Amino acid sequence: MRFLNRSVGRLSRHRRRPFAGLVLLLLALALTGGLYALLSPASSAQSDQTEADKAAKGRALFLVSCSTCHGQNGEGLKTQDGKLLGPSLIGVGAAAVDFQVGTGRMPMAQPGAQVQAKDPSFSQDEIDELAAYVASLGAGPAIPSKNDYDPSTYESDKAKQEAVTLGGQIFLTNCTACHNFTGAGGAMPRGGYAPRLLDTDPKHIYEAMLTGPQSMDTFSNGNISPQEKKAVIAYIESMREQPGYGGFSLGGLGPVSEGLFAWVVGIGVLVGFAVWIAAHTTRSTKKKGTAQ
Amino acid sequence: MTEPHDGSHEIQAYADELLPDPGLEEHHWRPTDVDPKAERRAERQVATLFTLSAICTILFVVSYVTLKTGTDGQVWLGWGASNLTLGLTVGGALLFIGTGIIQYARKLMADEELVELRHSASSSKEDQATTVAALQASLDESGIGRRPLIRNSLIGAVGLLGVPAVVFLKDLGPTNHDVTESQPYAGAGLEHTVWKSGMRVVRDVVGTPIRPGDLEIGDLVNAEPEIIFGKEKGVSLEESEVLEGAPLQIAKSKAATVLLRMNPDDIVSPETRNWSVDGIVAYSKICTHVGCPISLNERTTHHLLCPCHQSTFDLADSGKVIFGPAGRHLPQLPLGIDDEGFLVALSDYPEPVGPSYWERNTHSVRDIFEDWQDENGQAAEQYGYKETDL
Amino acid sequence: MSVDTSKVASSNGTTAATASRPSRLGALATWSDERLGLAAMGKKNLRKIFPDHWSFMLGEIALWSFVVLLLSGVFLTLWFQPSMGETTYQGSYAPLRGIEMSDAYASTLHISFEVRGGLLMRQMHHWAAMIFIAGMMVHLLRVFFTGAHRKPRELNWVIGSLLLLLGTLEGFTGYSLPDDLLSGTGIRAADGFMKSIPIVGTYISFFLFGGEFPGDSIIPRLYVIHVLLIPGLLLGLIAAHMLLLVYHKHTQWAGPGRAETNVVGYPMLPNYISKMTGFFFTVFGVTAIMGGVLSINPVWKFGPYDPTKVTAGSQPDWYMGWPDGALRIMPGWESHFWGSTWSWNIFLPVIVLPGLLFTVLLLLPFLESWITGDKREHHLLQRPRNAPTRTATMVALMTLYSMFWLAGGNDLIAIKLHSSINNISYALRALVFVAPVVAFYITRRWCISLQRHDNETLLHGYETGIIMRSPEGEYSERHLPLDPARAYAMTVRDRGRAGDDDELRPDGKPTLRGRLRTLYYDDEVQKPTTEELEEAHHHAEHEAHAVAALEGHSADGHQFDGHHLTDDEPLRGDH
Repeated sequence: MRFLNRSVGRLSRHRRRPFAGLVLLLLALALTGGLYALLSPASSAQSDQTEADKAAKGRALFLVSCSTCHGQNGEGLKTQDGKLLGPSLIGVGAAAVDFQVGTGRMPMAQPGAQVQAKDPSFSQDEIDELAAYVASLGAGPAIPSKNDYDPSTYESDKAKQEAVTLGGQIFLTNCTACHNFTGAGGAMPRGGYAPRLLDTDPKHIYEAMLTGPQSMDTFSNGNISPQEKKAVIAYIESMREQPGYGGFSLGGLGPVSEGLFAWVVGIGVLVGFAVWIAAHTTRSTKKKGTAQ
Repeated sequence: MTEPHDGSHEIQAYADELLPDPGLEEHHWRPTDVDPKAERRAERQVATLFTLSAICTILFVVSYVTLKTGTDGQVWLGWGASNLTLGLTVGGALLFIGTGIIQYARKLMADEELVELRHSASSSKEDQATTVAALQASLDESGIGRRPLIRNSLIGAVGLLGVPAVVFLKDLGPTNHDVTESQPYAGAGLEHTVWKSGMRVVRDVVGTPIRPGDLEIGDLVNAEPEIIFGKEKGVSLEESEVLEGAPLQIAKSKAATVLLRMNPDDIVSPETRNWSVDGIVAYSKICTHVGCPISLNERTTHHLLCPCHQSTFDLADSGKVIFGPAGRHLPQLPLGIDDEGFLVALSDYPEPVGPSYWERNTHSVRDIFEDWQDENGQAAEQYGYKETDL
Repeated sequence: MSVDTSKVASSNGTTAATASRPSRLGALATWSDERLGLAAMGKKNLRKIFPDHWSFMLGEIALWSFVVLLLSGVFLTLWFQPSMGETTYQGSYAPLRGIEMSDAYASTLHISFEVRGGLLMRQMHHWAAMIFIAGMMVHLLRVFFTGAHRKPRELNWVIGSLLLLLGTLEGFTGYSLPDDLLSGTGIRAADGFMKSIPIVGTYISFFLFGGEFPGDSIIPRLYVIHVLLIPGLLLGLIAAHMLLLVYHKHTQWAGPGRAETNVVGYPMLPNYISKMTGFFFTVFGVTAIMGGVLSINPVWKFGPYDPTKVTAGSQPDWYMGWPDGALRIMPGWESHFWGSTWSWNIFLPVIVLPGLLFTVLLLLPFLESWITGDKREHHLLQRPRNAPTRTATMVALMTLYSMFWLAGGNDLIAIKLHSSINNISYALRALVFVAPVVAFYITRRWCISLQRHDNETLLHGYETGIIMRSPEGEYSERHLPLDPARAYAMTVRDRGRAGDDDELRPDGKPTLRGRLRTLYYDDEVQKPTTEELEEAHHHAEHEAHAVAALEGHSADGHQFDGHHLTDDEPLRGDH
């Protein structure tokens, strides 16, 4: 399956479009041409078969793990008092599934202000099957290819460096307001939060921008172009790799943690020294003169 | 205060003696005072500390010379080696001297407690009396008390000197009134920004114009007026019209805008709907509280949150404040579409953006909308504006 | 002054300070005295006595970090360019290369990345600034809790409070200088603060910024304030603070031989000056190590200031955090009349409230002596428990401060505790009013019960932890009398009110001051009377007689007070 993923990455989007349409026909689902991602592996009819199989397997998984909240056909469910149990998945696309399940956010452990990331419950194969199924429900963003998001695919160091500079500006304009200047995350209203980005897989960062998980805004390709998204990821990666020029980063949270360290370490240590300076040293029972 | 016996003030000791003062405790000697071995050991300790300091200083010079600083410098444990070693060595050099001296004082310097008498903070009664008499004499001799005309005119004249001190500072900067009248640069004054009718809304950083079709529902764009990027209708401006330096920063500080595309059915207030295009709304990015740029948006609720003090605004409802310390709604920028299909502003912001100031004439959203409609409604029609269901 | 202090320094040891033979040092001293006439001053001050206690050195933390600030600050000025002229960054930090920025920010990057040790100096300067103000605050707390602000030291309290205010402003102007995104956001907020001042706000803002925000004048202007104006004032006030300290002589704790009329401790030369010098090097060294190991204000990550950008976690440095917190939890009150806008939501929390609290701080010593009527001089410190109302007042103020401080970090609390930022803000709106009251009450009762405990130990001795059984089968815990030195120290405190009470008003009711004074001293526990003490001693002797057989035994209780060493004794012997 890893091999499959990689081969997906090597193909351009345009070449995949007709295969996707064929798959849709084969599945006899009344859908438009949104299935262009993921579904087409390297070669021909055999792989179409695989895609259909994947969607079918995905449906089986979906019925077991997701349909309780999202409905038998991914149409979304509401509780009797009108609260949303699980949103409709029609049209969210494979990228959303890959992000939500791949970061372990789905299936959700418990309802709350925000869905927590955790270890994924499914293998990448299973995630791809689920994604194939959800993608078959309605057109949506596809899982990006390695070329889209991986900064190591820049052709030259210079190109990468330029991307980092551009990405930094886009990051500071669009992302830091919520995710903090170091990508350490920040608070949102009513218990929500913007998660830390420094440990997040580049693919998932890309997918999050594309699909706007939970309360995050969407940064579709018409908003921030794919090249710019890749540049943002390149910048985040450069932040991740950047050594702490000035030492321990104190969590990268800014002045609050700095103030805490000034009090605890700075004042703490210096008061300790003051106590030592004023402490009375050990005393002898001997008198001066008698010892000599 | 106790009565002075000898003409001086005395410190009043506390009066209610319950137990007798046992007097200073007997001095106990330290091992270093009585045991020559301990004394020599302490000497060695102190000298060792000073030597360690010297070693640190040498290491400091070594690391200063050998380690490179900055981005291509060595990295140890993920930390910049130059900063780390310089800090540790110079810190060690200082700290070892410090602890050495303290140890020296603690162990080897005489540590018998000595007693010194205090005196009252005030001078003696005689001194006080003499000084007061001298003051009185000088007052009498000057006769200032008897000559109110001189005294009062002097006080008045000196007091008036405060005026030039303030007037002198007038040229620190022009006032809001000055810049609003003279418009030394585009969009000068607190009531204006560089936005104007027909100015394209472009993406920040890259400066590209936006078509409504580019955006999906839930997209948030940090936007700027096109003039920030030195263009008008996609064509570069002449050199003299390009904003640079302080005027550019001032323009950015007021004109920054957020675009959000939401489901048109989600829009609550009719004013917001009138100023939107296909569910795309534009608001000032400058918080109405103290002016932080604000762009933490919750896609699902259309609530925009300020990261500085958490004021929260509802973008579906004329930017109404729903939480936090802000006192006013977020100003909305009326949007239209130009003949090439790009998003443009229908006018400048209909009200001043950013934090409140005393001279600000504040109105309700409805009043602002009606004033705007009278003034700009007709001109806006060329960009596809049509008033609906108010 | 009738007492010649140079003759009264006496020793409690067996050898007095010995006069040394004429030496090269003596020759040098004579040489300079013949030209400068310093001997008269030296006679008084060289052997000036300073009492020794760790809490007396907290102010030194602030003093020495100020020296570190001066030294590291001078280093930074050699490269820093206080200019908002635009430049395109071409330095070694790649992610920002080619970006437009101000000279101020570019030179800060230059100091951080190209000047060897420059980053260290920047970080030391910043850490020292934080420690400077924190040091002043802990020193202030020590002074107030021990009653060292009382006559004759009220004016030094005022000077100290001014130092705290100026230090805070110095910090703000300092961290605004690099012109990075965070500091620019701070200046922008400050612009909003100024504009909220009724009538003159807009003028103040336009004059300070040289026109509209951000303009191109603010950094050079803040720079002059930061490196010239405020440091000059700080230096002058610190000098006055120290001179008054020397003139008043340091306060001391009560104890045997220590009275209001004397000061017991070590002479300035050589002992105290060595410890001070050692502490200076220590503060310097600790700051250097912090600068080397702990990253502070990594300006390169923020990028240059751009008025359209912002980052989560936009907080000021800690000492500006509490007005910021007040701002965060203030309801959004704003009034509009006759074409004017009154921003109570900003004006009250950041202009009025700090002004008000600072005034309260300045007036604390005067308020206290007005209420208590205490006009005497005080040189012996009070234990916090012996002034319950004062202690509780400061704890309440500290609680108020920390509530505002928490509010200033409400976003980080929300993340770290996984709670709602809205609920935290609502809770803090209530807590700023409730928590200080609760803290005041608890602290006051706590002090009073500690006073009661003191009386218990004075009268009945301390608890040894030894349980005895009488022949009748009654169990009791053995109490032993306090060490006389400690007992004496505990009894050195006032009984009752300090001043005479006011006469009643014509309508027969007490004056406001009278009522406040009653509240101030309400429920305080007085120290025992002589009769009570004698009664207790009598009782103790009786008991001692009953257990006389135990004396000298391993478990007589004296192993805890050092009167009876038990090193070589088995705990259960066959006595």
